[in-house]
Amino acid sequence: MVELTLPKNSRVNEGKVWPKPEGATNLREYRIYRWSPDDDENPRVDTYHVDMDDCGPMVLDALLWIKNKVDPTLTLRRSCREGICGSCAMNIDGTNTLACTKGCDEIDGAVKVYPLPHMPVVKDLVPDLTVPYAQLSSIQPWLQTVSPEPAKEWKQSHEDRAKLDGLYECILCFCCQTSCPSYWWNGERYLGPAVLLQAYRWLIDSRDEATGDRLDNLEDPFRLYRCHTIMNCTQACPKGLNPAKAIAEIKKMMVERRV
Amino acid sequence: MSKSAATRPRPLSPHLFIYKPIPTMVMSIVHRITGASLYFGILLVAAWLLAAATSEAWFNTVSAIYGSWLGLLVLFGFTWSLVHHMLGGVRHFVMDLGLGLDKHFSTKVAALMPVVSIALTVLLWVVGFMARGA
Repeated sequence: MVELTLPKNSRVNEGKVWPKPEGATNLREYRIYRWSPDDDENPRVDTYHVDMDDCGPMVLDALLWIKNKVDPTLTLRRSCREGICGSCAMNIDGTNTLACTKGCDEIDGAVKVYPLPHMPVVKDLVPDLTVPYAQLSSIQPWLQTVSPEPAKEWKQSHEDRAKLDGLYECILCFCCQTSCPSYWWNGERYLGPAVLLQAYRWLIDSRDEATGDRLDNLEDPFRLYRCHTIMNCTQACPKGLNPAKAIAEIKKMMVERRV
Repeated sequence: MSKSAATRPRPLSPHLFIYKPIPTMVMSIVHRITGASLYFGILLVAAWLLAAATSEAWFNTVSAIYGSWLGLLVLFGFTWSLVHHMLGGVRHFVMDLGLGLDKHFSTKVAALMPVVSIALTVLLWVVGFMARGA
């Protein structure tokens, strides 16, 4: 359901302004969403000032600078710091992206950082991704075959392999998933762009033999057809992939198998 | 005393109001709003037709209201909604064919939408007034 305002326990208050680092000349303002399960407070936005002369160029560098030098309670997920693990997906400057590949110099003014939108918050910038993961498992993202297994590998022509380009690169950061207004309003029933891109990745794999079953599973007013080509997914994807295009291709497959 | 993490409900992270209003998302919202406003516009057309079918006096009354500054403004808005929603419909039809879904191209098309729809609406009204004057 469309609910434009946040529930009462989720309304965001103005938080505290942390002291500026002394002697720094190249300061950058960061406004960061905070919420802790350990007290009874509503979420708040805290303001920090980062000495950019003492800090790496990416938003993740600045977040870790704050965590190391100002406020060790700031909580976030991160691992690879090079855009391949997808852990540090969050909403930065109004768009979902990876903190590790987003340069601070790409942003004007104060850097606003929120967790991925319309998700339950575990703590600070850490969202609960249980539902998207369950949705991913529902589309059975693995190779399914009925033919006798070949002695060596399942073979694929160069042309068929090329069809997976732009799909296999997905790192499952869920930036696209949580950028989608349709997913915000119907997240329990609409599978969302990330999961549908994965579904398409298996639908067009020439080696997969469960295409019919996969399409049957998606033939549903909510699971697939809640996509209204709003395009936030494609605009957000930090890997430059196009979930909206993948979903459009699934819709075309649905029509083509009927005629 | 604070409740334990297991019992304290998790807050929902902010969404629509913290998201940057990018052209494709804004045009999707505007498509919805114009679509909804068409219901209201059709009511105006129905009232006008009903008045015409009832009596000359009723027709003249409704025409006078529609011909006032406020009436013309509302009708202009209705025309724009109609044109914008039609263009949006064509845009979505093309996208449903799997075309024009590229990140930068779709942004440009979305950004052009209000320009084209307002230009077309003004053109329609100019042609309308010219036809009436002639």
